[in-house]
Amino acid sequence: MQKTFYGYRRDNGRVGIRNHVVILPLDDLSNAACEAVANNIKGTLALPHAYGRLQFGEDLDLHFRTLIGMGCNPNVAAVVVIGIEPVWTQRIVDGIAKTGKPVAGFGIEQHGDLETIMRASRKAKEFVQYATELQRTECKVNELWVSCKCGESDTTSGLASNPTVGNAFDKLWEAGATTVFGETTEITGGEHLVMARCATGEVRAKFKFFFDRYAKVVDDHKVDDLCDSQPTKGNIEGGLTTIEEKALGNVQKIGRKAPVIGCLDKAESPTGPGLWFMDSSSAAAEMITLVAAAGFAVHFFPTGQGNIIGNPVLPVIKLSANPRTVRTMSEHIDVDVSGILRREINLDQAGDKLLDMMFRTCNGRNTSAEALGHREFIMTKLYESA
Amino acid sequence: MSIDFVVHEEADGVGVVVVEGMKAGTQCTGWIMQEDKTVTFTVLDDIPIGHKVALKDFAVGDTVIKYNTDIGKVVAPIKKGGHLHVHNVKTKRW
Repeated sequence: MQKTFYGYRRDNGRVGIRNHVVILPLDDLSNAACEAVANNIKGTLALPHAYGRLQFGEDLDLHFRTLIGMGCNPNVAAVVVIGIEPVWTQRIVDGIAKTGKPVAGFGIEQHGDLETIMRASRKAKEFVQYATELQRTECKVNELWVSCKCGESDTTSGLASNPTVGNAFDKLWEAGATTVFGETTEITGGEHLVMARCATGEVRAKFKFFFDRYAKVVDDHKVDDLCDSQPTKGNIEGGLTTIEEKALGNVQKIGRKAPVIGCLDKAESPTGPGLWFMDSSSAAAEMITLVAAAGFAVHFFPTGQGNIIGNPVLPVIKLSANPRTVRTMSEHIDVDVSGILRREINLDQAGDKLLDMMFRTCNGRNTSAEALGHREFIMTKLYESA
Repeated sequence: MSIDFVVHEEADGVGVVVVEGMKAGTQCTGWIMQEDKTVTFTVLDDIPIGHKVALKDFAVGDTVIKYNTDIGKVVAPIKKGGHLHVHNVKTKRW
């Protein structure tokens, strides 16, 4: 495996592989102004979303953690924040400013959309010109944060594409990189395997806390056995029968070598290299948004039936081992590992193939999801607003 | 040798069909990945790619093993070579 790639080194020491200027709404009301700024100033990226009003408690904390985290992500060079009022807007600005990157906030009240759009557009233009002068520099693989989550899985995921990610994760772990997996409900049936991999009793206890907390959400709200949701209709079409079977395929992604060194709450950043677990939904856009907000720079996404997810800030590399999906949805698949099931390549070769694509993506190659404009930015909401 | 289905481990009771358009009555070959062995028998049903074939007879209440681990319980009898899926196997969770 190669040891270096060309990325963007940020003032806080983190390394990114993209150089976005983000126009970030604090709340749903500010989406229109953000999209107008992004339309005015070429090379900017608006992140519209549905929330930010009257949230409270843990749900509000997660809202701020997610938005501040997206701004802090090393794939982002600079951020313009727009909110309906200045106080919470400033809270986002202050959170992002800790990274040292350029960030400015604008409140709409007392100004209206048009004046806000004008002022924010001037700042966004300044930021784009700043960002476009930044140069890629040689970075080490141990500076890279890599996340994984699978979607529209089928039996080929557990046989080949998820173990390919596991093989790559093992190699990244040996090279000192930071990696993460999540999808709490999708470990149901394989939780004993994750617990056995936890580095310490403390880590194991925290995993069990997150697992049991999510299991309670399912128990409190389910009407039958979740058979309409988990596995999904796509999973069932692809041959997966039960959540246990899906989970045992899912956990192949964590490979065989690395201990789980810590458990993170949603959108929480890891504090050192190694393999981490993040409590998260198994819905692709929600999970990938949470790891993007935690600061991950590149993502592995194995799919069976053909999930087409992307993220605006975190490049999503898709791989599949299902020969039908690779044929019928070729524009979405970055790495074809269907050769494993024909015994043409082994897992080790497939892992190398994925890592090769990872380095190319880190050096600047757009993923299929980026080229196709997939920018699913979906915040996790814990409960109703006040 | 080309393979028609794949089995994770020898202890498993199911294999996964990895070719498109498998028809009932086909003599097919499976590859057991962990032990790197092959097995051959006749499938009883049409089985789509990605779906599972039973490697032995199952009775109601039996546990299905895949990845050498429990993946659920049998709710309708299944013959060796039959299609094993949501119509005859259910989760033990939730």
